[in-house]
Amino acid sequence: MTRYSLHNGFKAVVIGGSAGSFQGIIKILSQLPADFPLPIIMALHRLKHVRHGFVEALSIKSKLKIAEPDDKESIKRGSVYLAPANYHMSVELGNYFSLSTEMMLNNSRPAIDITLSSAAYAYKTKLIGILLSGANKDGGLGMKSIHDRGGVTIVQTPAECMIDTMPKAALSLTKIDYTLGIDQIIDFLKELYHQYK
Amino acid sequence: MIQDIDIKDLKRITDLVYAKHGYDFRNYAMSSFKRRMLRILEVWGLNIESLLNKLADSTIFIDDFLDEMTVNVTEMFRDPGFWRLLREEIIPGVMLNNKQFKIWHAGCSSGEEVISMNIMLHEMGVKENVKIFATDLDKSILDRARSATYSLKNMETNEKNYVRFQGKTALKDYYTEENGRAVMKKDLLSNVVFQKHDLVLGEAFAKFDLVLCRNVMIYFNQALQNEVLKKFHGSLNKYGYLAIGAKESMIWCDYANRFIVVNQEERIFKKIRD
Repeated sequence: MTRYSLHNGFKAVVIGGSAGSFQGIIKILSQLPADFPLPIIMALHRLKHVRHGFVEALSIKSKLKIAEPDDKESIKRGSVYLAPANYHMSVELGNYFSLSTEMMLNNSRPAIDITLSSAAYAYKTKLIGILLSGANKDGGLGMKSIHDRGGVTIVQTPAECMIDTMPKAALSLTKIDYTLGIDQIIDFLKELYHQYK
Repeated sequence: MIQDIDIKDLKRITDLVYAKHGYDFRNYAMSSFKRRMLRILEVWGLNIESLLNKLADSTIFIDDFLDEMTVNVTEMFRDPGFWRLLREEIIPGVMLNNKQFKIWHAGCSSGEEVISMNIMLHEMGVKENVKIFATDLDKSILDRARSATYSLKNMETNEKNYVRFQGKTALKDYYTEENGRAVMKKDLLSNVVFQKHDLVLGEAFAKFDLVLCRNVMIYFNQALQNEVLKKFHGSLNKYGYLAIGAKESMIWCDYANRFIVVNQEERIFKKIRD
């Protein structure tokens, strides 16, 4: 059970995804227990003007509660957070979110790089970053921030991705600790879960 | 490229800007503030020390600095559902009390929201009954707002929002194309006063029936949000309305209980107690 040499000192899991990541995320969320011990923070590319429906779609098979946080909302264990449409979502020191309407980054708002980099700054070595399928390079620099600050980096196996641009960008920018398929990512998170039991 | 700025250095900059120029960024939300500071350093090719020197010397430079530090990304009819609610419930609600009324756009940026308001009021046939004050900290963005000139690329988003707002006509009826830019019709701003005003250090300056401050306070920390909400409270007539951004919250603010929620989805509140 020590394939991934995990400890129980992590503070959060952050997930980035874009085109082709939706099914994988649904699968991951459906497999996690309701008492998963860490907050899961998700920045997923989405339509700017559609405010509703995404949380509901992700919630159908999830035992965990999924929400789009308000500005300055506290980050709690056992919750899944989704960056709201047309806002960037940052993690602040002090364990809460801030939202912003700054210009798009990598043609995206929410931008994955912003969520990942701010989380890396706030959680340092106590962060796990996961980057899934996607069609642009957003998230690559965010994964580099996580690695540079001593966090754990995981990308979805490019061969499994519907569009592999995003994980490949991360692989070319920084050291990725694990390249895993969705099922292995689920195993990883379950093993992490057992560290906290 | 500089990857990160130390919090101590950010504090040196905000302290200098406050002491030397009288603008207070000390209570801005950290992540977005740091990103914009990194952008300034990159765009202007400066490091922390040269930025500090420039800020200590120049009085002209501070305007460029403010323009970069304030976030000026906005859309006409952003959140069309919000604008439909204004048209169908909030403005009629205001008019029950006063046929003539006043609106404050706090942090108006390049003016898209002011334009949206006046298009809506015009289509409701009540624009001439309304006086609008639009304020911002950033002098150059106020000039841009006064010019009411926008890129055609942005007009595509604005047009889509307007269609979702279910306006009476087409957005292009409200502007002409000149030199590849969209120039809004001049009379759209006939009832508007643009004015420089600092939400952080400035005082309440008039009483309004509707205050809009959407996606401005997200750049402040909670302590500052709390203070600014008090100013809005002081700037509203009793039973006046306050609109904040769709993902902003004020439930933890000292003055929250002096308001009631009119619409939680669109974050519209009504002042019920002085």
